[in-house]
Amino acid sequence: MSRILSIWVDNKPGVLARIAGLVSRRGFNIESLAVSDTEDTTRSHVTMVVDADEIIVEQVTKQLNKLINVYKVSDLTDADHIDRELVLFKVSAEAAQRGEIIELASIFRARIVDVAANTLTVEATGTTDKLEAMENLLDAYGIKEIIRSGKIAIPRG
Amino acid sequence: MWCKLTGVYADEAKGGSTVSEHNGKKMTGAQCLITALEDAGVETIFGYPGGHALALYDALYDSEKLTHVLVRHEQAAVHAADGYARATGKVGCVLVTSGPGATNTVTGIATACMDSIPVVIITGQVPTVVLGSDAFQESDMTGVTLPIVKHSYLVKDASELASTVAQAFHIASTGRPGPVVIDVPSDLARKSGVVYKYPDEVKLQSYKPTYKGNARQVKQVARALRTAKRPVIYAGGGIISSGASKELAQLSEMLRIPVATTLEGKGCYPEDSELNLGMLGMHGSTAANFALRDADFVFAIGTRFSDRSTGRPGAFAPHARVAHIDIDPAEIGKNRKADIPIVGDAKTVLAAIVGELKKEDVKPATEAWLTQVLTWVREHPFAYEPCEDHVQPQRVLELLDAMTNDRDTIITTDVGQHQMWASQYLHTDRPRTFLSSGGAGTMGFGLPAAMGAQIAFPKSRVVCITGDGSLQMNIQEMATIHGNKLPVKVLLLDNNCLGMVHQMQELFLEGRYSETDFFGNPDFAMLARAFGWSAFELENPQELESMMHAWLDEEGPSLLWIKIPVSEDVFPMIPEGKTVDDAIGITNVGAKEGE
Repeated sequence: MSRILSIWVDNKPGVLARIAGLVSRRGFNIESLAVSDTEDTTRSHVTMVVDADEIIVEQVTKQLNKLINVYKVSDLTDADHIDRELVLFKVSAEAAQRGEIIELASIFRARIVDVAANTLTVEATGTTDKLEAMENLLDAYGIKEIIRSGKIAIPRG
Repeated sequence: MWCKLTGVYADEAKGGSTVSEHNGKKMTGAQCLITALEDAGVETIFGYPGGHALALYDALYDSEKLTHVLVRHEQAAVHAADGYARATGKVGCVLVTSGPGATNTVTGIATACMDSIPVVIITGQVPTVVLGSDAFQESDMTGVTLPIVKHSYLVKDASELASTVAQAFHIASTGRPGPVVIDVPSDLARKSGVVYKYPDEVKLQSYKPTYKGNARQVKQVARALRTAKRPVIYAGGGIISSGASKELAQLSEMLRIPVATTLEGKGCYPEDSELNLGMLGMHGSTAANFALRDADFVFAIGTRFSDRSTGRPGAFAPHARVAHIDIDPAEIGKNRKADIPIVGDAKTVLAAIVGELKKEDVKPATEAWLTQVLTWVREHPFAYEPCEDHVQPQRVLELLDAMTNDRDTIITTDVGQHQMWASQYLHTDRPRTFLSSGGAGTMGFGLPAAMGAQIAFPKSRVVCITGDGSLQMNIQEMATIHGNKLPVKVLLLDNNCLGMVHQMQELFLEGRYSETDFFGNPDFAMLARAFGWSAFELENPQELESMMHAWLDEEGPSLLWIKIPVSEDVFPMIPEGKTVDDAIGITNVGAKEGE
């Protein structure tokens, strides 16, 4: 099962390598990883989605906490939280299909961010479920490329 | 949290004050680093210079406080610093150059990491402007060592050199100890006009080891210990690094609870005490393994339920509730679920438990259990069939045990059959006197570790027990030992093969001895003499005892070379992934079948 880890770390070079190395050493894949600055310039935040059971995630969490550059690790999976992902879909679109795709995008509150002779690029944000539903529908037109930002998450309240 | 710098480093270096007298002085980066090592209380550095460590070594040239030991291979520098740390409890220190000098330290670092030994390793690095360009003798040292360090630094600013050293020593020596690497680009070392500032205190917001145990859990353990019918204490190396031997003895004696130790825990509890069952695990004592098999309560202290101790994890202490103290929260529940987990320092927590027990008039309630356990001890000792035809390694170690009772002796071992015989037949009564690579199982550890221990304790007798395979992995250090006039004694048990692997091939692979027999081993006595050592070669088994005396009585370094037959195996042995009920070669002295 996918689990969402929220990790606060020192904003220093090499910290990401320590985190990624620690997780990969235990033999499971990182599904997504999003790193960014925070309100505090000395800290960065990492949202990591991993596919592993609870016991392994507990051990990984403890090991992450041991890293000197890690301040706090929380498993948000079962906590009340909001998670979002941003996706860019580049879809095949001849002039005749543009209208349909634009309509579809608006239903998902997505935006058209680039138009070319035979493609449209759609920017969408939302939960994984929503983005997968959108992907399935866009597939009918022919998706040329998908780039996802990786999930970010924040506890509610 | 502000962690005050405590312990021998801060106090010894600055006469109790924590403010460095050098603060505010302008110097080169290299001088900052060397001065910081002095301020951290370092006395001995094991190392090897090179191009990108030139400036560091140049600054070391002027130091009056630091003694440098020039090894013959960088791996040995780390093992020596590790041996020094294991013997003293202080942080070992290593200085080497970049590239191959740095990567040669990797096995030493992994060895220290697996056994939680505090060592600080300073590596030279190419200048910052060419970092990442595959410059001459460049290797990504922080990258290479990432999974085998407690922490590491690639310093990018010369003004941070002194504070980095302070942090490194703080991290290496507190909490669960471990190795810390500091990678120093050579331009930072050469930089002049750097203002020296050694911090009075080390401030690390994200590093706050827990020393004191949770009070409720302390009470829970005390209650469980009082009510357990068949309790066993499972004691690991954490007792030694925490200095908790006194508290362990108090607890064990107060409630009459038997103690089984790990290889790393050897010496944490006197081995001549009747409550000490000896080492548990693969080649451990049968009494210890039976006691854990039948225990209803296991109190694990400073140990990590390693596979060599537990055998098949699901079958270890199958009937027992488990309480587990460890200063590293990640160890609790890692290999075995803990019914009562306590994160904390072994000494502090054990003292709290003893205090809790003293509140009530606690009487030992383990008499029936102890009777059973002591019966096992009597019935299943470590033993061997005496034989006149050849020298038996077990006999050699029994003799060594008797001969080293007279004064302070520190034993180091290499890895293999001799290591297990040593753990079985030597009685270790004090912490920090049996130094052995447990977790990593590093052949080549013994000789340099003996060198480190001997430097720390010049007046103690230091004996390295080794085999012909292990000795040849760092034999070059005989030169360093001779050069530094260290009276290290080496006991070489030579079966002309890789005995432990050979034994496994014999028992589990139908005697298919793939690449375990040596061809062309040297004349070890001649070799030792070439290194400036005295050497004794036992030819007549009748002379064993007298030759051992002569060997130990040598003033300088000396080798005792004893050839043993390859047929000698280490027993008992629990095959990998099995339980004590599947053990091979248990001695039975009047025991009933099926026990």
